[in-house]
Amino acid sequence: MEAFDAVILGAGIVGAACAYECAAAGLRVAVVEPGVPCGGASGVGMGHLVVMDDSPEQLALTHYSRDCWHELRSTLPDAVEFEECGTLWVAADDEEMQAVFAKQKSYAEHGIRSEVLDERSLREAEPNLRDGLAGALRVSDDAVIYPPAAAGYFLASAERIGAKLLYGRRAVAAQKGDVVLEDSTQLSAGHIVIATGTDVSLCPSIKVHPRKGHLAITDRYPGVVRHQLVEMGYVKSAHSLTEDSVAFNVQPRKTGQLLIGSSRQYGELDGKVDPEMLRKMLQRAVGYMPMLAGLAVIRVWTGFRAATADKLPLIGPTADDTVLLAIGFEGLGITNAPGAARLVLHHMTQAEIALDPRPYLPCRVGSSEAFRA
Amino acid sequence: MSHAYDIVVVGAGPAGLAAATAAAAAGRKVAVLDDNPHLGGQIWRAGAGKSARDGARERAVTAFGASGAELFAGYQVVDAVASPGALQAWVTAQQRLERFRFESLVLATGARERFLPFPGWTLPGVFGAGGLQALVRGGYDLRGKRVVVAGTGPLLPAVAAHLKQDGAEIVMIAEQAKMRQLVRFTASILWRPGKMREGLQLRADLHGIPYRTGCWVAAVEGDECVTGVRLTDGSRAWVERCDMLATGFHLVPNTELASLLGCRVTDTGVEVNAEQQTSVTSIYCAGEPTGVAGVGAATVQGEIAGLAAAGQAAAAAQLYKRRDAEASFGRALTRAFALRPEVLTLGEPDTIVCRCEDVRLGELQRRAMRYRNWTDAKLQTRCGMGPCQGRVCGPALEAMFGWRNVSVRPPLFPIPVVALCSPPSQEIEVSIPETQENSR
Amino acid sequence: MPDVHSSGGSVTVRVNDERVEVPRGAMLITALLKAGAACRVSVSGEERTALCGMGICFECRARVDGVPQQRTCQIVCRDGMTVDTQR
Repeated sequence: MEAFDAVILGAGIVGAACAYECAAAGLRVAVVEPGVPCGGASGVGMGHLVVMDDSPEQLALTHYSRDCWHELRSTLPDAVEFEECGTLWVAADDEEMQAVFAKQKSYAEHGIRSEVLDERSLREAEPNLRDGLAGALRVSDDAVIYPPAAAGYFLASAERIGAKLLYGRRAVAAQKGDVVLEDSTQLSAGHIVIATGTDVSLCPSIKVHPRKGHLAITDRYPGVVRHQLVEMGYVKSAHSLTEDSVAFNVQPRKTGQLLIGSSRQYGELDGKVDPEMLRKMLQRAVGYMPMLAGLAVIRVWTGFRAATADKLPLIGPTADDTVLLAIGFEGLGITNAPGAARLVLHHMTQAEIALDPRPYLPCRVGSSEAFRA
Repeated sequence: MSHAYDIVVVGAGPAGLAAATAAAAAGRKVAVLDDNPHLGGQIWRAGAGKSARDGARERAVTAFGASGAELFAGYQVVDAVASPGALQAWVTAQQRLERFRFESLVLATGARERFLPFPGWTLPGVFGAGGLQALVRGGYDLRGKRVVVAGTGPLLPAVAAHLKQDGAEIVMIAEQAKMRQLVRFTASILWRPGKMREGLQLRADLHGIPYRTGCWVAAVEGDECVTGVRLTDGSRAWVERCDMLATGFHLVPNTELASLLGCRVTDTGVEVNAEQQTSVTSIYCAGEPTGVAGVGAATVQGEIAGLAAAGQAAAAAQLYKRRDAEASFGRALTRAFALRPEVLTLGEPDTIVCRCEDVRLGELQRRAMRYRNWTDAKLQTRCGMGPCQGRVCGPALEAMFGWRNVSVRPPLFPIPVVALCSPPSQEIEVSIPETQENSR
Repeated sequence: MPDVHSSGGSVTVRVNDERVEVPRGAMLITALLKAGAACRVSVSGEERTALCGMGICFECRARVDGVPQQRTCQIVCRDGMTVDTQR
């Protein structure tokens, strides 16, 4: 039976980042992944690195983690396509504009750079948005990456310094420092990290809510969009636990392709493209940017984000102190991956961390009722 | 705009025309959809030159014209569901989506050429073999141009003959299969008078053009366009000067629509029973998508599918014997033109494999990554993520690495955002607005 | 059945601002080929033109009458049509 300091279950962006941090810290690491690396939510999302202020704790984590990405930037290969295009939070009317000013204030208090654009400067910044929008908040340090390449880099780097990557293998039990795989292989682990996305079958007391989303990618139209564009209403949409919703969210890729999102559905487990949701999502996008109507869509797909009841991820030890969770990131898995990895390392080795880990502890949720929405 | 038919046939090539004709003759209301502006599919593409060999085409087209089936040309199917039967087709000329309801569907989506990468294959002047023929039929004037035809399959000499007729100078035909495979193949068709006649006619048409077996293109020469090709037989290499290269490695079936509908698809093609019915009850499939076997097979399978879909099982059964004979021809084709290992390893690390995303062979071969399957390679390299949706690089990757693309999602072909954004029952017209970018 | 070579007549289109005459019924890609113009430039800067001739490879995409990303092998030439190489 092979022994490791850390056995990481799941090779999505979070598991990959954990493997990278732990291996770099000198731990003996194994990664177990039943499919292919980044084959879950990490491989189908937008790759937006964004600070999000839906709660002070989320703001703290996304700010910290976005800084981690910036620190990593110079080591990342070109395939990661790290583009510091910034985010524009677009306000459709005066009410949303008030929210823009409030957002700027709260970002400033947290040391996050942003600037308010009025109607005219918004038109200069993004000429293809429709007329009559009230303005926007530009967050210049937000960025865009291609997550599968980042996960691939993290895993390859970990492997180069001794980590073992076990792909096509599935863990069927993980407790008290023992991991058992489907093929009966046993691994002994100082710590087990559960970074399995929407699959929480290994920790039955935990509940995550899969939140289905749609994305469409267009052919190449360089220069049409310059920033990641998100409507101010996105925060409302992302936070409903019970209602289906769509929000305007468009990302320019380096090649000139546009990623168009976003949608959220509750309780939907079928991965097939839902034509009605797609229609609503695209109609909303065209409402903000009329010329999108004529752009060719090459592919449409869906993915499932794992959401928790209080909208914060679960990062840290469970009742079994050998088992650490790193799950429930909803739409912020890519942004929060390196921050989560450092939190995980902190929990394993008491390494110092400039972020208060308490808000993300699984035990914050208290009784089992609180685990269910 | 919404239409309702008893039977919808997708594809107006030999199989589709035969199916539609048979079903309409049996009294059913039939629609045929094809993305090309004219009927005929690939092998019967409208164009120059009418000869005795087009007899089958003329008969099929005449019968179709008299059958009462309706042709919808310029309609590209982008999405479909089996039950209740409905499909969405994008009509480029009108920039709108139209919906067709059906009781039964016949898939006659044909095949496409298999391309294999080698140094220089992305240069302007390198075309598919069937591709160049299609372009010539579409008006491309090749008179006086020197063309090398290379790759594998019965398409090579057929294309060479047509191009020669259209005025091109065919330098040579390079067939990768070994002579003895072809001799075996020829022997296997000796007892089929029709095929023998075709073969002899072809040989006459190609008089004077070298047809060399056991050789293939190692690289294309030229900076901005083709100036020549370097050929090899495995031991010696030589250069033929030419203006263009027509290359293809036989055909692969177009099974995407079948997969989308949930039909079972194997390595050979779409699985069908004796009545050409797929694993989904209301869906039939005929011709190349069930396994590449040529025009004869496509025509008889199409007729069976049309009759079966129209409820004429007994009439369909009378065609089984002819169909089985054609199927064995198809199997002989596959054996004769199997790919030799050398043509699967022509690429160098900087040879482009995915033309949509410019993914090079070196990236796909990175040992550190050890890609496990199509999804893995695609996620990491972006190979197959472009507008062709893996139709060009997919067959090459399958041949070279054994990776098969099993995930098919709508839209089957790129369509404008507006098409996905309006309810299908509504007629949506759009004038594509000028983009800010192109108006600068 | 329209036959490109025998129906007679020609149409004139503009390829990157150059007038090109083609037989009536010809596909737009043939005008680009006749003019020696590439259709598009690839991700890594290679000039590309048609490969498959049947609407599958997407190499023949160009801007047609101002609309980008159109497959020129599937479009029949009309008098006055304009096509521009995509960079």
